[in-house]
Amino acid sequence: MEGIDHLADERNKAEFDVDEMKIVWAGSRHAFEVSDRIARLVATDPVFEKSDRARLSRKELFKSTLKKCAHAWKRIIELRLTEEEAGRLRFFVDQPAFVDLHWGMFVPAIKGQGTEEQQEKWLSLANKMQIIGCYAQTELGHGSNVQGLETTATFDPKTDEFVIHSPTQTSSKWWPGGLGKVSTHAVVYARLITDGKDYGVHGFIVQLRSLEDHSPLPNIIVGDIGTKMGNGAYNSMDNGFLMFDQVRIPRDQMLMRLAKVTREGKYVPSDVPKQLMYGTMVYVRQTIVADASNALSRAVCIATRYSAVRRQFGAQNGGIETQVIDYKTQQNRLFPLLASAYAFRFVGEWLKWLYTDVTARLQASDFSTLPEAHACTAGLKSLTTTATADGIEECRKLCGGHGYLWCSGLPELFAVYVPACTYEGDNIVLQLQVARFLMKTVSQLGSGKAPVGTTAYMARAQHLLQCRSGVQKAEDWLNPAVVVEAFEARALRMAVACAKNLSKFENQEQGFSELLAELVEAAIAHCQLIVVSKFIAKLEQDIGGKGVKKQLNNLCYIYALHILHKHLGDFLSTNSITPKQASLANDQLRSLYSQVRPNAVALVDAFNYTDHYLNSVLGRYDGNVYPKLFEEAWKDPLNDSVVPDGYQEYIRPLIKQQLRTARL
Amino acid sequence: MEGGDHLAHERNKAEFDVNEMKIVWAGSRHAFEVSNRMSRLVASDPVFDKSNRAVMTRKELFKNTLRKSAHAWKLINELRLSDEESVIFKYFMDQPGFLDLHWRMFVPAIKGQGTEEQKQKWLPLANKMQIIGCYAQTELGHGSNVQGLETTATFDPQTDQFILHSPTQTSSKWWPGGLGKVSTHAVVYARLITNGKDHGVHGFIVQLRNLDDHSPLPGITIGDIGVKFGNGAYNSMDNGFLMFDKFCIPRDQMLMRLSKVTREGKYVPSDVPRQLMYGTMVSVRQTIVSNASVAMARAACIATRYSAVRRQFGSQNGGIETQVIDYKTQQNRLFPLLASAYAFRFVGEWLKWLYTDVTQRLEASDFATLPEAHACTAGLKSMTTSATSDGIEECRKLCGGHGYLWCSGLPELFAVYVPACTYEGDNVVLQLQVARFLMKTVAQLSSGKAPAGTTAYMGRAKHLLHCHSSIRKAEDWLNPAMVLEAFEARALRMAVSCANNLSKFENQEQGFSELLADLVEAAIAHCQLIVVSKFIAKLEGDIKGKGVKNQLKNLCYIYALHLIHKHLGDFLSTNTITPEQASLANNQLRSLYSQLRPNAVALVDAFDYTDHYLGSVLGRYDGNVYPKLFEEALKDPFNDSVVPDGYHEYIRPFIKQHLRSARL
Repeated sequence: MEGIDHLADERNKAEFDVDEMKIVWAGSRHAFEVSDRIARLVATDPVFEKSDRARLSRKELFKSTLKKCAHAWKRIIELRLTEEEAGRLRFFVDQPAFVDLHWGMFVPAIKGQGTEEQQEKWLSLANKMQIIGCYAQTELGHGSNVQGLETTATFDPKTDEFVIHSPTQTSSKWWPGGLGKVSTHAVVYARLITDGKDYGVHGFIVQLRSLEDHSPLPNIIVGDIGTKMGNGAYNSMDNGFLMFDQVRIPRDQMLMRLAKVTREGKYVPSDVPKQLMYGTMVYVRQTIVADASNALSRAVCIATRYSAVRRQFGAQNGGIETQVIDYKTQQNRLFPLLASAYAFRFVGEWLKWLYTDVTARLQASDFSTLPEAHACTAGLKSLTTTATADGIEECRKLCGGHGYLWCSGLPELFAVYVPACTYEGDNIVLQLQVARFLMKTVSQLGSGKAPVGTTAYMARAQHLLQCRSGVQKAEDWLNPAVVVEAFEARALRMAVACAKNLSKFENQEQGFSELLAELVEAAIAHCQLIVVSKFIAKLEQDIGGKGVKKQLNNLCYIYALHILHKHLGDFLSTNSITPKQASLANDQLRSLYSQVRPNAVALVDAFNYTDHYLNSVLGRYDGNVYPKLFEEAWKDPLNDSVVPDGYQEYIRPLIKQQLRTARL
Repeated sequence: MEGGDHLAHERNKAEFDVNEMKIVWAGSRHAFEVSNRMSRLVASDPVFDKSNRAVMTRKELFKNTLRKSAHAWKLINELRLSDEESVIFKYFMDQPGFLDLHWRMFVPAIKGQGTEEQKQKWLPLANKMQIIGCYAQTELGHGSNVQGLETTATFDPQTDQFILHSPTQTSSKWWPGGLGKVSTHAVVYARLITNGKDHGVHGFIVQLRNLDDHSPLPGITIGDIGVKFGNGAYNSMDNGFLMFDKFCIPRDQMLMRLSKVTREGKYVPSDVPRQLMYGTMVSVRQTIVSNASVAMARAACIATRYSAVRRQFGSQNGGIETQVIDYKTQQNRLFPLLASAYAFRFVGEWLKWLYTDVTQRLEASDFATLPEAHACTAGLKSMTTSATSDGIEECRKLCGGHGYLWCSGLPELFAVYVPACTYEGDNVVLQLQVARFLMKTVAQLSSGKAPAGTTAYMGRAKHLLHCHSSIRKAEDWLNPAMVLEAFEARALRMAVSCANNLSKFENQEQGFSELLADLVEAAIAHCQLIVVSKFIAKLEGDIKGKGVKNQLKNLCYIYALHLIHKHLGDFLSTNTITPEQASLANNQLRSLYSQLRPNAVALVDAFDYTDHYLGSVLGRYDGNVYPKLFEEALKDPFNDSVVPDGYHEYIRPFIKQHLRSARL
């Protein structure tokens, strides 16, 4: 059966131009072409094989990761890949490793926080990977609260050095990727102390290992923090711990763009606006949202294809069973995730624009939109990563029993993905930041200061607090203005209700702490509105290709209406819609599912993922699932022999009733 | 710090008698004592150490499981443990292995489906473990739909044998635990064919392996299906595949209690009522519900203790930070899970009673309550296992970054637990069975046939369809009658609304298939009502011990009110409660969280779990988390050397810039 496309029937059903959809998904023809070319380059290179990952011991897995990284870098140099191409290559290699931190955190930290001089010195080394760096911020006892870090960097004016020190066990750096075994350098965050005064947390470039023999430098203890969730997954990464016993570094290794310490030990803030740092944060979070759409689409691709292959129940007179994708219960769980993958894609695209806009404004010293941009990226990071983590696990469940096999690809995808809910800001902490911003915005509504950007709708508070949804029939739920208004009314009313409840407390902070749970819900409502409105805005653009726009339209309203159903309590308790209108939304949702059904497989084909990247027997492009499950099973080392190791010692004594005398 | 109890201040806060609560949790003083003794017996035996599971290869892990199984069986015999004790002993061993399937599936299948003669022959062998058996039902292409199995057992009158055969690749048995490497026998489910007629799926006792050298018998292909979700976890189990190539077994190895095949090949159903089989199902599902409470309790125990240890933000002037358990966002996520653990415990207790009741009725040939009992256990299995697997993952997230470490215990607990959502009936399929039963009950409401058991409330349809909740203040939400009425009204109204929508379809089956998603929601509403009402019923019983009842009451209403909040859309769209009443429920919930807070650690102590059973550095009884995290990290074989294997080949060439010429 090799070479046959078991999903050809499904592909023939599609009512739109898949190739054009691939361009829309990728963002542009250029982006598509780069991505397509590099994905295939990785997929065809045997060094990047990853189907054996679960069978490797941790040490073997790590060594294979080192090999892949070295090979990837070699290919990047040999093929003279551009930065964009190199980024894609690392993405498709799809194995968490020190290079992610070197390029994703170490280099940007120096670029963002180093002076011109520091950049010149360190970036040339880092860019050629003559040094390998990581980002050492979190500590054993301290995560989200960066201001609570304990590591100290005390200036010693006698020697013109900083003394880096870990005063307690909880102050050990703990978690930084690439730290445990590979990095030669790190940007270390520590409390700057000079003249006996604590100036809070700052970044320092610290060499950790000898460049000759890789051994840790004196007074530095470094190691790996142990096994993490899942087989394969992040176990290819040497997340590490690090302790300093009075380690000395030259003064000029403090990152001094924002503040410096003089030869005399005087702390001098520079005139570079601190707000510039937020620009980087917007950038990083935009990347995380884009990654969320990648991960979710990957899971959905696997679950959709397998749902078309798998049959269960419904056979008439011994005939063929029904494809599980035809069941409404399956559609009801799967299609909203498919729609979410697209929704996150487009909101991610918009965030790219936002980053450009923010950067341009920052350069012109216009900081007016920054708080809004900051809140909005924080909220979207939280919303999309939470939904994606849950969505991957839901896709695994949608694959039934076989989804539990490692070779389904979903267990590892889940294990690799879930840290996104915690890193770069814990998702709950982030929504509280959004909530704080919303409360501030609500409190200023009467002041004449018009809310901007994604909070602009709040200016229409008078209308939104009173309006009634005009939905009278199911089709009305396809009207963009009607849908957006319902989401706006819900978000605003929840925010206003929180503000009112807060005002009942004498102490604002105590009220905030008491109402945390409601505030998070209000923040989520606001973020969901952003995603819905950006999807709708996308539909207003010029979109070519037969049937493409129609499909996106369906996905957009599936996304919006499934959210409405899931959070119905919000919509009803704020009187944004009536129970009758909610029921019409459900009718419309069912009709949309029927319209998506024939296009489902083509809609996941549009992600253009190679089988190598998916790494899932269930999600294979050709749908040839069952024979390949057998092939995978035979590869397990446990199948090397039919009689297992341990039979003589532990099974035979049972059967032969000699356990009493057996030495176990 | 060894020996100090870092959580002593938490334990001192408790306002109830923890020892009495332990009895309530265990179900009786006797149950507590057995459980306590067995768990300590396992914990103190070095053979049962499980802290190194994640760093073993699959083969090592498997061999280690064989050793533990043999050792356990040896101890069970040496110590002459009772049946009850040995079940609990195996439970605390906490490592999935072939013993589970032998005792819980193979032996019961023979007991339930074998004739007296068959039981006499096979049970003595199985009881002494002279043969080791498993339960071979699911196939590669067939899971929940048992009637769709493809394996055939064709009677050959010439030889008086059944010929077992796997006609296709998808007909291979796939998944049975203990099958791949250990079992010598299996109960195999296959389509019985005699005289050219297919009589559907029946069970057969089949020997798979030679009892002398353990090699598979001729005509049988057998092996392990490969790596599963997570590290450690179910990878200690040899879930297997099995194919028959015209393999013959004697006629008397068909399990013949319900029907037999005569020497001439005639198929003869016996007069044993088929309904008896449902009794077994009720028993199995009752066990699953009680296991759900154990797993949820274990996760909640880890998350609660660690939330009391972990501190973050909120420090004033450089002082100590706030315990994360003091944040409302943490309480809002954690306490409902703690309440759910207790709720599932008590509904599980009630299911035990139900099983006794059903068994007695079956013996008296009273099948009247069976459909209701069957629907109710199906629904509770589905609801509790879904909530528990989500709850474990939520507990992991509540532990922040460190929850992602394998040694937190939560990644493996999740990986071990999630199959419960799929085995013994896929959770969505089960809720549809409940929904069908509810639709039937609604349809018969006007017929004068009074609904029984957990559907008795439907007899008050007239009242429940029209009543208005009389809640006026937050405290009213602690009134059992008012809470029950709200859950009853919501469940009934959702069921009736489904029935109304169904009646709009000309074809009932088509309507059912179109409305699947709504039907599942109605079924869940019904099941949640059952859990709430059984918790309330528990409170009406005699409960001793200072403050114990008050704690249980808090947990009960936290459970009920968090469900109202979570499913607010249901309650509002059915007009069961008003938005104002919902808001009062939220106020009450917050107040209950505050009341629970000082008792949280004591409430998880009441589960009486040993540190061995918990297997979690974060959940340690003494709260001494951070030093132990370090100890665990240093134990990882990966830390054997500071310079990792692979440095010379793959890291040094980067740093020395001779990657171009390096041979990777």
